[in-house]
Amino acid sequence: MKTGTKTWSVPVFWGLVILVACVLPFVVSNYHTFQLTLVLVYAIALLGLNILTGYNGQISLGHGAFYALGAYCAAILMDKASAPYWATVPAAAVVCLVAGFLFGLPALRLEGLYLALATFALGVAMPQLLKYHALEKWTGGVQGIVINKPDAPAFFPNMGLPLNPDQWLYFFTLAIMLIMFILAWNLLRGRIGRALVAIRDQHIAAEAMGIHNAFYKSLAFGVSAMYTGVAGALGAIAVQFVAPDSFNIFLSIVFLVGIVIGGLGSIAGAVYGALFIQFVPNIADEISKAAPWAIFGVFMIVFVYLMPTGVAGALRLITRRRAP
Amino acid sequence: MDAFLHQVLAGLATGGIYASLALALVMIYQATHLVNFAQGEMAMFTTYIAWTLVNAGMPYWAAFLLTVAIAFVLGVVIERVIIRPVEQAPVLAIVVVFIALLLILNSVTGWIYTYTIKQFPSPFPEQPIFGRYLSSHEAGAIGVTLVVLALLYAFFRFTPLGLAMRAAAQNPESSRLVGIRVGWMLALGWGLAAAIGSVAGMMVAPIVYLDPNMMGGVLLYAFAAALVGGIDNPWGAVVGGFVVGVLENVLGAFVIGNELKLSVALVIIVGVLLVRPSGFFGRVQVTRV
Amino acid sequence: MRKALLFGLMAAALAAPAMAQKKYDPGATDKEIKIGNTNPYSGPASAYGQIGKAIAAYFKMVNDQGGVNGRMINFISYDDGYSPPKTVEMARKLVEQDQVLFLFQTLGTPSNTAIHKYMNAKKVPQLFVATGASKWNDPKHFPWTMGWQPNYHTEGMIYAKHILQTKPDAKIAILYQNDDYGKDYLKGMEDGLGQKASMIVAKASYEVSDPTIDSQIVQLQASGANVFFQATTPKFAAQAIRKVYDIGWKPVHYLNNVSISVGSVLQPAGLEKSIGIITAGYQKEHSDPRFANDAGMNKWRAFMKKYMPDGNLDDNFNVYGYGVGQTLVQALKQCGDNLTRENVMRQAASLKNVQIDTLLPGITISTSSTDYAPIEAVQLQKFDGKRWELFGDVMSSAQ
Repeated sequence: MKTGTKTWSVPVFWGLVILVACVLPFVVSNYHTFQLTLVLVYAIALLGLNILTGYNGQISLGHGAFYALGAYCAAILMDKASAPYWATVPAAAVVCLVAGFLFGLPALRLEGLYLALATFALGVAMPQLLKYHALEKWTGGVQGIVINKPDAPAFFPNMGLPLNPDQWLYFFTLAIMLIMFILAWNLLRGRIGRALVAIRDQHIAAEAMGIHNAFYKSLAFGVSAMYTGVAGALGAIAVQFVAPDSFNIFLSIVFLVGIVIGGLGSIAGAVYGALFIQFVPNIADEISKAAPWAIFGVFMIVFVYLMPTGVAGALRLITRRRAP
Repeated sequence: MDAFLHQVLAGLATGGIYASLALALVMIYQATHLVNFAQGEMAMFTTYIAWTLVNAGMPYWAAFLLTVAIAFVLGVVIERVIIRPVEQAPVLAIVVVFIALLLILNSVTGWIYTYTIKQFPSPFPEQPIFGRYLSSHEAGAIGVTLVVLALLYAFFRFTPLGLAMRAAAQNPESSRLVGIRVGWMLALGWGLAAAIGSVAGMMVAPIVYLDPNMMGGVLLYAFAAALVGGIDNPWGAVVGGFVVGVLENVLGAFVIGNELKLSVALVIIVGVLLVRPSGFFGRVQVTRV
Repeated sequence: MRKALLFGLMAAALAAPAMAQKKYDPGATDKEIKIGNTNPYSGPASAYGQIGKAIAAYFKMVNDQGGVNGRMINFISYDDGYSPPKTVEMARKLVEQDQVLFLFQTLGTPSNTAIHKYMNAKKVPQLFVATGASKWNDPKHFPWTMGWQPNYHTEGMIYAKHILQTKPDAKIAILYQNDDYGKDYLKGMEDGLGQKASMIVAKASYEVSDPTIDSQIVQLQASGANVFFQATTPKFAAQAIRKVYDIGWKPVHYLNNVSISVGSVLQPAGLEKSIGIITAGYQKEHSDPRFANDAGMNKWRAFMKKYMPDGNLDDNFNVYGYGVGQTLVQALKQCGDNLTRENVMRQAASLKNVQIDTLLPGITISTSSTDYAPIEAVQLQKFDGKRWELFGDVMSSAQ
């Protein structure tokens, strides 16, 4: 696989990261724990988009729509069906897997720019669909849906480890994120992953070699939508509110920015990208009250100049150079 | 029937707006094989420059021409300074730079000029010449768009420079071999696109009023129009623009209502693309292994 | 020596009860009061960010004049881009990290809905929110949330009542923004018409991302309506007014009061095209000759000149920011040295006929523990080509 890096350094690195992630909620404030929960949520969403765009080369400018779909799944189930919060996550996963796959089927005919436009159309249309008055009974229309924050399950305080709702939600999200990341890692380093990358790099040759392009491309769409939908559900639970205009085209664009800055075709890139899209706007706001998005734009340009293959790509270069 | 005609004409008027920005998108695509998401904001920014000039007392046509020149220079400068360093980067990284440019221009304009709407003058007379269905300005704007279209078409089809630019975008290595200065072709393409964008902005602003978010919605439709007409074909972009404008109006008024017209219009456009994946007039791309 | 000691003891004894009256919650000290706010300084609603800027300038003036009861106002305002998740994040930052005393004038209905439960659970005042939705006047369920401006629903009802009184044969067409803001007005008009809601013959909505609303206006005219009500934000208001005139449609024309600024809306639309438009206002306009020498507006003009010299005098967001700032300062003054969150809320709910420099004559601020709507009165006014001409009586929306 990777030549030159010591084979144990990767699991050690991830082990340390997970350890730090588990300790953080106990040393930082609830507000920061909430922010970190959002980082985890975005990481799952970005991994979803990365599977489609980074590994499979299909550009999506509309992934915010799948995020919205997952979020509304969770909200409607919790609000109208009184479903427990943890059940909404697999429900959102299934719904988005199907939706993604169904969208991916006609999208097979479109390449590059034209696919970008089709996904762009999806991203733009989503808020309108959510506001549509015929669906208002379910979606709450423009007023949105308010959700209650779940409390930690009883056995934690009984074990002498009282977790407040923010901390509990953080660990819940972290657990799901780790599961999904491991699943993705497994998927991408195996046959399916290689097929996806082959389709991205040379799709005619891939077809000629016996890879069923149509199946894998639609699968990529479905899986990608599933990941982003799960993120949407977790995000809705964390923020406790969904409204149509939270999921506009700008969200989709921010996701795209996230995976490029984080690193296309990289699982760790999803985490770097999530950190970027969560914290850099706040930093930009501190630097300039008058034109914060201009500062954010400057950050984006600087990152792309210094690291055209993303943070993950840059790190890969550095570790490779260090190797004997 | 009267209402229908009125909607169609109103659709042609808004379609003219989409067509003019779509031309700028086609221009940049012909020159670089990339779609510049910041085109709308560049057009908006240069229109604010025109507004500043007119407010300082300059007569309209002088300000118009000066703005087009400034926009050209701005386009060249952006290409040389901001886009050049990332030319070799993966396509999506360049797209991120475009998005950054969009954010920067929008934010800086809002900071300098605030978000209150401003009036922008129109060179066309106030009285409507086609009855109350179409104002003189709207008709004039369509006319200007068609003139720009003709100039653009002639430029690419009949001039050596236009040919060189298309060659540079299509096959940079071979173009260099025959002596084309590829770098400057790209810069020229950006300059021309920015100039066309500024014309679009100055035609649009009197209708929709000048504010930093003026081009956001227009870019969406212009993008769709350019693609449905064929991204490498200026005629296609203009026809696409008119089609999108009329479609949107007719759908909203008679078919699906305003609440869903944006979604349905886009679905129809995507549907068209499924049937003709390169747009109505676009050239089908053939990929080699 | 003993006398000094005696004096010292006496002074301490006298000071002790006074000091015991100073009560602070996080965000309030002897020297400052920390106030939190979120506004959309970026994104599709960035035009409203002007309000945040006006408020910040107003507090600067208050501080220069000595603050409130000797305490400086520390106004911390974050950008939420009109995105509810961001509002939640920023509100939590203000309450949990910056430790502000309360949130003031957070802007936007979805933004405020997102933090509504949180603020009440945390028992932090969500004061004078910048939205006209009717749900902020609910002291029984949400005692920590209070609005300020007359609400949109009631405004719609007032127009409906006026139509029923003056034009019983009306056929009404409505243009509204497809979000909570526009839909609130629509519902208000429908509720105001009650049984006669069938008078509405056409409704057309638009998205903020739409470039123009020409198509919608054409549709509405085609319905044959003779009354037109538009619930629009300034840019679209100007477009609509102009288009209605240009296509030769002459309905009885109602405009919602968010977009009545002569300088920023009517002038771009065309003053002569705006003649006859009716609205229900509550604020004074700078360009109204009647207020050219008005004491209250002169104070506002002096404020603008010194603290917002580049500010647009015709932008009624600047008038709004001043007015709501003045209301808050009154409530804070009433708090005295008891700056607990509970007392801030109590004083905000104890405003009795407070005069504000920028509100129309006859309109004052009144609240009580069962009435969380500070401004309930509006006055109908008609545009005569130069200014808004008041007519009729001040109408109270508490019906």
